[in-house]
Amino acid sequence: MTATQRIASVFRREFTAYFSSPLAGIFLVIYLFMSGIFTFQLGGLYERGQADLRPFFQGQPWLNLFLVPALSMRLWAEDRRTGTIELLLTLPYSVWDLVLGKFLAAWAFACVALALTVPLWVTVGWLGSPDHGAILVGYLACALLSAGFLAVGAFLSAFTKNQVIAFVLCGVASFLLLVTGFPVVLDFVSGWLPRAAVEAISAMSAMTHFESMMRGVLDGRDVLYFGSITAAFLFLNGVVVEWKKAE
Amino acid sequence: MNDLIVAKGLRKSFGSFEAVRGVDLTVPAGQVLGFLGPNGAGKSTTMRMLTGFLEPTEGTVTLSGISLADDPIAAKRTFGYLPEGAPAYGDMRVEEFLLFAARSRGYDDAEARRRVDAAIDRLHLGPYRKQLVETLSKGYKRRTGLAQAILHDPPILVLDEPTDGLDPNQKHEVRELIRRLGGERAIVLSTHILEEVEAVCTRAVIINEGRIVFDGTPGQLDAKASRDVTRNRLDHVFRMLTTSDVARRAGAAR
Ligand SMILES: Nc1ncnc2c1ncn2[C@@H]1O[C@H](COP(=O)(O)OP(=O)(O)OP(=O)(O)O)[C@@H](O)[C@H]1O
Ligand SMILES: [Mg+2]
Repeated sequence: MTATQRIASVFRREFTAYFSSPLAGIFLVIYLFMSGIFTFQLGGLYERGQADLRPFFQGQPWLNLFLVPALSMRLWAEDRRTGTIELLLTLPYSVWDLVLGKFLAAWAFACVALALTVPLWVTVGWLGSPDHGAILVGYLACALLSAGFLAVGAFLSAFTKNQVIAFVLCGVASFLLLVTGFPVVLDFVSGWLPRAAVEAISAMSAMTHFESMMRGVLDGRDVLYFGSITAAFLFLNGVVVEWKKAE
Repeated sequence: MNDLIVAKGLRKSFGSFEAVRGVDLTVPAGQVLGFLGPNGAGKSTTMRMLTGFLEPTEGTVTLSGISLADDPIAAKRTFGYLPEGAPAYGDMRVEEFLLFAARSRGYDDAEARRRVDAAIDRLHLGPYRKQLVETLSKGYKRRTGLAQAILHDPPILVLDEPTDGLDPNQKHEVRELIRRLGGERAIVLSTHILEEVEAVCTRAVIINEGRIVFDGTPGQLDAKASRDVTRNRLDHVFRMLTTSDVARRAGAAR
């Protein structure tokens, strides 16, 4: 059995688990509803007289603050609470099979959620003539953002047996990853931190990278940023699972 | 080499507390080893090291000739394991859960289904196959865990309290099953029921405070009780070997 097959069988279990409780579905509906609100109401699509998805993308980081923790909270906390982690780790899997299988299942769910917003894109395309290439890059940004947040959430979920705690930790961590790119925050810390440190903080922020992609600019560095965040936290996730599994 | 389980010098510390303090265990094919000991003696901790859930602080485990530390995935293919409390996914139906376990072992869908059907038959889970695991009674949950452990016909079985919480009929059936599985396999099962050792085991190991205090056949265990003890002889020996002050004296004598 190859690693791919092992990851696939973990993926299958974890992905279907989302459909066994109404929770993820509820979050999905809220997410889609709010995405619509951002696009049409808050974005003032009609008032601006310009059909594009800019407001939709601007809303995405905030919606992900709720959707992502809802998806990641159960990943490890639930297995630790019920003891199934002992089963998983004594089946012929490596920790990395489990880390990847679980992450990919959550990410697939997030991508399904994202894919369900495509009707918004279609609507905007029908109302006006948006830059479809830019929108595609924006969608890629959303997928990458949720991957990064999910990796952070999976990592934090391995620390606890309590899903609520895992949810809150992931929400707070994702929030911090976002706001460190905000001028208000950067201005505030620039008062007492050296310039290089402020720039480093800004470069570390998910918001900085998301915003440039959201505008349709496809830059390898932004993709690399999200890729690195995801990889780094998945690595840490495996380490924490090994460390905390028996508690 | 017929020694399917070879554990050498196993130790496990949790912080400053040492739960397992040097356990050596070699189990050949055909042996059913009953692992006994008071609560907290270190049975589950030892079994968790045998199955690779916990890394030993010291010592090595070799399963079917494969080092657990060097090639954990290959070593894990050679055993079936029922963890303490028979954890299972509550949100899955019995059948789905077993299919997941079968696919985890690398069977394609058709073979997985065949294996699951066979395991369901063997443990008489037929009427419950579509039931959610979380709604099963304790006994049927344990049977589901057992089905998961045997469905790939492993040469090694590690069962942590397989009959705990079963009614007398089910206990009897599970013992029969274990006896039948015995043949070519190496089986380690922990239990608090001493008669169970007499009924199904070919070897008894008693562990106390992380150390092995008895290792022999059930007959030898029985022989340790003085002749004037007529009822519950094994209980008597068990108490003698594991009640702290007696155990300490025995340890000093060795
Ligand atoms: N993860 C852990 N952290 C700290 N201590 C632990 C941990 N796991 C087990 N212990 C301790 O190690 C000792 C042995 O526990 P273990 O579960 O192996 O006992 P046992 O023989 O299986 O007992 P029982 O018959 O009650 O199942 C106990 O004192 C227990 O509290
Ligand atoms: Mg135990």
